[in-house]
Amino acid sequence: MKNTLIPIIGLEVHIELATKTKLFCTCSADHFSKKPNTQVCPICMGLPGALPYTNYEAVISTIKFGLAMGSTINLFSKFDRKHYFYPDLPKSYQISQYDLPFCVGGNFAGKRIRRVHLEEDTGKLVHETIDGVKSSLIDFNRSSVPLMEMVTEPDFHDIESIISFLKDVQLIVRYLGISNADMEKGSMRLEANISLANSEQVIANKLPNYRVELKNINSFKFLEKAASVEIKRQTEALEKGEELVQETRGYNEVKQSTFSQRSKADAHDYRYFPEADLPPIELSELIIKNLQLTIPELPEQKRVRFEKEYELSKDFANILVSDLDRANYFEEALRQAQSKFGQGATLSARTIADLMINRKLDQEFPEPAGLVKKIIELTSVAYSSNEEVENAVKSVLIENEKAVSDYQTGNGNVIGFLIGMTQKKLQGKGNPQIVREKLLEGIQK
Amino acid sequence: MDMAKLSKADVTHVARLAKLDLTDTEINKFLPQLSQILEHVGELGKVDTTDLTPTSQTAGLTNVLREDEVKPSSIDQNGALSGTNKTHNGYFKVDAILTERSDK
Amino acid sequence: MKIPLTIKETQDGLIKKEFSAVQLVDAYLERIKKYNEEYNIFLTTSDEIAYSKAKKFNDLDQYTEEFFKENPLAGVVVGYKDIFLTKGIRTTAGSKVLESYIPPYSATSVSRIENAGAIPIGKLNCDAWAHGSSGENSDFGPTKNPWNKEYVPGGSSSGSGAALAANMSLITTGTDTCGSIRLPANYCFSVAIKPTYGAVSRYGVIAMASSLDTVGPIGRTVEDVETVFNVIKGEDGYDGTVVNSKFEIRNSKLRVGIPKEFFTEGIDPEVEKTITLGIEVLKKEGIEFKEVALPSTKYAIDVYYVIQPAEVSSNLGRFDGIRYGNGRDSFGDEAKRRIMLGTYVLSAGYYDAYYLKAMKVRSKIISEVDKVFDEVDALIAPVAPTPPFKLGDKVSDPLTMYLTDVYAATANLCGIPSLALPSGFSKQGLPLGFQLMGSRFSEPALFELGKLYHKAIDYVPKVAF
Repeated sequence: MKNTLIPIIGLEVHIELATKTKLFCTCSADHFSKKPNTQVCPICMGLPGALPYTNYEAVISTIKFGLAMGSTINLFSKFDRKHYFYPDLPKSYQISQYDLPFCVGGNFAGKRIRRVHLEEDTGKLVHETIDGVKSSLIDFNRSSVPLMEMVTEPDFHDIESIISFLKDVQLIVRYLGISNADMEKGSMRLEANISLANSEQVIANKLPNYRVELKNINSFKFLEKAASVEIKRQTEALEKGEELVQETRGYNEVKQSTFSQRSKADAHDYRYFPEADLPPIELSELIIKNLQLTIPELPEQKRVRFEKEYELSKDFANILVSDLDRANYFEEALRQAQSKFGQGATLSARTIADLMINRKLDQEFPEPAGLVKKIIELTSVAYSSNEEVENAVKSVLIENEKAVSDYQTGNGNVIGFLIGMTQKKLQGKGNPQIVREKLLEGIQK
Repeated sequence: MDMAKLSKADVTHVARLAKLDLTDTEINKFLPQLSQILEHVGELGKVDTTDLTPTSQTAGLTNVLREDEVKPSSIDQNGALSGTNKTHNGYFKVDAILTERSDK
Repeated sequence: MKIPLTIKETQDGLIKKEFSAVQLVDAYLERIKKYNEEYNIFLTTSDEIAYSKAKKFNDLDQYTEEFFKENPLAGVVVGYKDIFLTKGIRTTAGSKVLESYIPPYSATSVSRIENAGAIPIGKLNCDAWAHGSSGENSDFGPTKNPWNKEYVPGGSSSGSGAALAANMSLITTGTDTCGSIRLPANYCFSVAIKPTYGAVSRYGVIAMASSLDTVGPIGRTVEDVETVFNVIKGEDGYDGTVVNSKFEIRNSKLRVGIPKEFFTEGIDPEVEKTITLGIEVLKKEGIEFKEVALPSTKYAIDVYYVIQPAEVSSNLGRFDGIRYGNGRDSFGDEAKRRIMLGTYVLSAGYYDAYYLKAMKVRSKIISEVDKVFDEVDALIAPVAPTPPFKLGDKVSDPLTMYLTDVYAATANLCGIPSLALPSGFSKQGLPLGFQLMGSRFSEPALFELGKLYHKAIDYVPKVAF
């Protein structure tokens, strides 16, 4: 009997917060594509004598995210120094959180969260050959930008569930308005810890005795390729009876294989100790409750509501909810349609959704008002106002005196002709009943 | 608490962690000095600290947080680069870094 | 001209036009040029800036009292310990690592002192990275004590104490992580305050030990030190550990404790005697004294020599030669020792036994001291076990040098203020004094006691030559 091997995967997700300023200084945090070392100050450059000062917004964002992940918020938390030498780490320590992070535990999309903490980002390294010499260039614009780090339990057993989970996390932070979590722009970064367990271990709830860390995953495609290649490698090795070790591996896109990256044992002695320059954070149940209240409607709640309130199909609801801007557009368009014409919400809702999803009309009309107008055209459910009808009738009666007198002398069928002329003036938007009424009124006068 | 005696390997290890390039002579010079100091401070092992919480800060403050408002920096790109002439097109320049960071 | 020895004399002289600010700068620079090579007090002088600042005072038609109220340090020549960053002026930290470093920004305390009208005359020699108690760890040679150049001026703010004794500055700044302001003041016959941790911003001062460092002034009178302290204290939006506290005197009748653990064997008889005399003087002035016990302070020096190197090893990590300064090979022996010691006590397997343990014993010391401040308002103690010692006496053995700090450590571990007061001279003509420690933010009480004491002994500021 072959022992089936099951992937045991845990994730470390870094999300760059979209605060205005960096985590420990008041430099702008909007560093993408800026000229190097132009958004820096003594603090984020680690100049002698500089001291950190914590960004309130970054702390609040992290706590809100933790709440959305179902975590417990620590009433007492602090920052710690994490030491290692690397050219893009200006102080040679990173201010992070060690044993008392803001958020502990949690559960999201059926996966357990271990912790969420806040730390500062490093600078950026670029490799270039200058005058024939291989060099590394350092830019500190990104140094000290706030990063949330979320660690999950090894609850993932296949790649699809990882991707779906990450997409859900992306959506949450966008809904919370705390980050864009763009993998391409680097505002969401991923590391996966991959190992394989046999069915015996799984039944006994035992974790494998090794873990391979896959780093620098910068897109979902990369994740798919690298992770499947690594799972295959581990499977083959274990089936051959080889032992696997704790290590870090990178993915070579050209060779389509993973390779070991040397990591010495002592490289991980971070010598954590409490950051004395930053007083700790003390929260109360009341503060946390109040923060919970500020959390807007989250994707899952919106999905449920869209299905119920607007009687949208699951698919339609999903598509709209997966883009907060579209979901908002949808509801705004509906609001406008209802206020103008007072039609039954149900009908309009489904129509609007359909037009957005199948005809992509929200792309054609960036403003909801435009879409509403188009709906009128297409569904002709919106009639001309009474005033418009009266004006049209007036003109038609003046212009068609012969027809009027024909009607008055007993030719009843002429009314059809007059209705037609009126509708023409109204571009077909006249409510038939009202047009007929107004015409008869007008003729009688 | 039994403090292991400081060895040459310990000193070498610690020097590497601290990115200090020591010669053999230096290691031999520092070893007895560090041992002596560690022995002296090791006396703390005898103090009863049950039920005591550690103090890492005497300011006694909590929740010192600032608003998320951008303020002009006290240094521009020139100021930032002014500490060294190992720069290139606005970047700091070092010999190629071949090793991966030990952490993200 | 005869250089005035206090802020009041200086400003009175300027008001009465007995001399001009430019003439003051002339006089100080002349003394520096004449004696600095011998005593090695200043590492850098800022002549141009001093003159340009001084000239601003020449141009004021009348120095009114109102003007001095708004510019309390107008006309006051100041020297900064070379770990205070001064924009555009070389700042070395006493180390070869930064021998050519020109900072792009200034420390908060520097800006405040200069905004109050002070005239910066230069940067003062110190033990490299503030690591030391004698000035002998400076990479640029030791500073000599102006009272007797065979003796140390005390450290680590060695130049800051010596500059006052050599009449090369009116006030100076220093830092105190374990006596580094108090000891030079004590060894050079000056007054200094090691403030409450959290009273004065550390922004722009090269960090030694983040939970212990304090920034303070040295001067020749308690009034002068108090004036500068009031200029530099308070929040600045950069140092998150500083609060604008309500400094107050809790009791109208001040009581002083004599901690018996600070008067054990090892204390020099002349040092002990000067304190005993001081106690008598203050008793006559109506101050109550009582013996108190602080048994855990005997561990203070060990706790300090675990916590401080740990924080030092962390704070010196940024000196990697990439963005500024020379590489890590330029660190001197003492710096390397402390970095290694600190790295060791923080490293995997040793953190609990050393660093965590030290932090717990620190709590023990703090709670003992807090309790004692329920019974008394201040504590009187020696600053160091002996009067100034000779250059070279303690350099061969780091541990012996560390033990100089045995009476200083408690104030830093507890984050409490301490006022160093000069009291007299030893038989050999070397300065003697003592310290008065108080509870957090009790600086006003300490200043009151200091003024009371100096009045009672008819204290007169002195310079060595």
